[in-house]
Amino acid sequence: MLFRLAWRNIWRNKRRTAITAASILFAVLFATFMEAIQKGAWGHMINSVVNYYYGYVQVHQKGYWEEQTIDKAFPLADSLKRLGEKVPEIRQVLPRIESFALASTGEHTSGVMVVGISPEVENAMTSLRDRVSEGAYFEDNEAAALVAEGVAGNLGLSLGDTIVLISQGYHGVNAAGKYPIKGMVNFGSPELNKQMVYLPLPVAQYFYGANGLVTSLALKLDEQDDIKPALKSLYQKLDTSAYEVMDWKDMLPDLVEAKAVDSAGNVIVYVILYLIIAFGIFGTILMMSKEREYEFGVLISIGMHRRQLAFTVWLEIIMLGLLGALLGILASMPLVWYFHVNPLRFSGDYAAAMEKFGFEAIFPAIFEAHIFLTQALLVFVITALLALYPIFKIRKMKPVQAMRA
Amino acid sequence: MKVITTKGVVKIYNPDKIPVKALNGVDLEIEEGEFTAIVGPSGSGKTTLLNVIGGLDRPDEGDVEVGGHDIDAMSDNDLIDFRKQHIGFVFQAYNLIPVLTARENVEFVMLLQNRPKKERHERAEELLRAVGLDDKMDKRPSELSGGQQQRVAVARALAPKPDFILADEPTANLDSKSTANLLDIMARLNEEEKITFVFSTHDQRVIDRARRVVTLVDGKVATDEVRG
Repeated sequence: MLFRLAWRNIWRNKRRTAITAASILFAVLFATFMEAIQKGAWGHMINSVVNYYYGYVQVHQKGYWEEQTIDKAFPLADSLKRLGEKVPEIRQVLPRIESFALASTGEHTSGVMVVGISPEVENAMTSLRDRVSEGAYFEDNEAAALVAEGVAGNLGLSLGDTIVLISQGYHGVNAAGKYPIKGMVNFGSPELNKQMVYLPLPVAQYFYGANGLVTSLALKLDEQDDIKPALKSLYQKLDTSAYEVMDWKDMLPDLVEAKAVDSAGNVIVYVILYLIIAFGIFGTILMMSKEREYEFGVLISIGMHRRQLAFTVWLEIIMLGLLGALLGILASMPLVWYFHVNPLRFSGDYAAAMEKFGFEAIFPAIFEAHIFLTQALLVFVITALLALYPIFKIRKMKPVQAMRA
Repeated sequence: MKVITTKGVVKIYNPDKIPVKALNGVDLEIEEGEFTAIVGPSGSGKTTLLNVIGGLDRPDEGDVEVGGHDIDAMSDNDLIDFRKQHIGFVFQAYNLIPVLTARENVEFVMLLQNRPKKERHERAEELLRAVGLDDKMDKRPSELSGGQQQRVAVARALAPKPDFILADEPTANLDSKSTANLLDIMARLNEEEKITFVFSTHDQRVIDRARRVVTLVDGKVATDEVRG
């Protein structure tokens, strides 16, 4: 009957219940939306940088990452090509040879990154073929280039034009070559968009004078959770005195730090949001406690123990909290889904500022159960803690004084 | 047999600010099965005396013994248990739980006593029938008249099979017919079940039905009239 009493008490003052449930609902809605956008934006950024190029894990010759030079290229042994057979988390091994070069056309020059890739294998992870916005994807031994749209824009290149590349090759070899542009590619990451030039792997190896050599192996995994077991296996299977194994966090510490700084800043926003929410809910609880002081006095008079009364009132607020949190989840689902499917896209100065940091100004919301549950749980816990106030009041309540209130 | 005894009971409100002596040395003895009205002008201490007897408030001086128990010696929790087992309260404003039906209101006190569901249900029906509310059992207080609500309150007070019923101005908000009806019920229960009734009242209709009338003036017993 105590449950029944608590439940009916909730509906006794419908307006008060509606206000409280609505304040909890909006709290969950705001907090969920904020977190979904924040995590979604970071997820998108990481995805665009990691999946479009870096991969979750890479293998290099030891010391390469510290000093990224073509001289630290290493032979692509068969055992390395077949890493996927030894480490179950690895879906594809993407051999690459990469270095910087000077690209030129007519009177324009620009610094670019020339990357030699294995076209089909590369496409399996980065979907590079899908990023071809103009022209066509190249074949394995085709002496042709794919140029990022940003590079093409800088150099005033069009499809079918020739791009001239000059660089220092392996062990000081003079690297020079000219390649027709077979396709233009567009990247989500502006950073990649303004510097990438792709050549088929054998063509790039020839260009750099590094036949049979690669500078990195990008490893395709299914998801982030596979990184840890994959790293563990790789450390066991590879000669770590010759090779270094790095995950995306090791390769992109600035991105990790920026995410951490942003998350820390958001904690302050969350705290302010939760404080506003808490005051709103507390106001309602305070009002309810004051309004029902007389009734509480009567209940103690007729033999209800303070602990029973406190439990009933707590239960009432908890039910209200649950109701508000559930409604909050239901209300936030379509909102988050909408922005999951139709990401927020910024333009103008903000977009330009984002691009300076190498990111697209696109903020999709992530639609994952834990976002809804975490925020609903947090707001619910705040409500449960605030519900301690009437318990404290009831514990000290004198029935006669309460009935005089 | 004496069931309620007060000796030199003093109760002072606001002792630190402007002290108000609500009870100023009340000596009173009530026998088992009495039907007693405590009367007196407003502020004479009637409600305070009932509160002290019922263990809702503690005296500042003097002794209160109810059913052989020294009220002042009990802890707050013991007092709650004592009230639950031995005392039924009827309040001026009925004070039913608004979200429960008449039947549930009556059952509620028995629930606090951990009585089995079947027993609670049967006794609630029996008591509501006894106060003439057979057809209103599933109505909430807001759906009942003042007189009907007070009858539910009486049924609730009787539910735990108390030794005493303490009623604070139980007819103050009732019309003549409801008052007469309520008094009939209480008088019958007093006679048939031997339950001791103590009322505080201003109402002449109640005073006329009481078999003993104790008059309080300025927190003291001024007169004590026992009627044949």
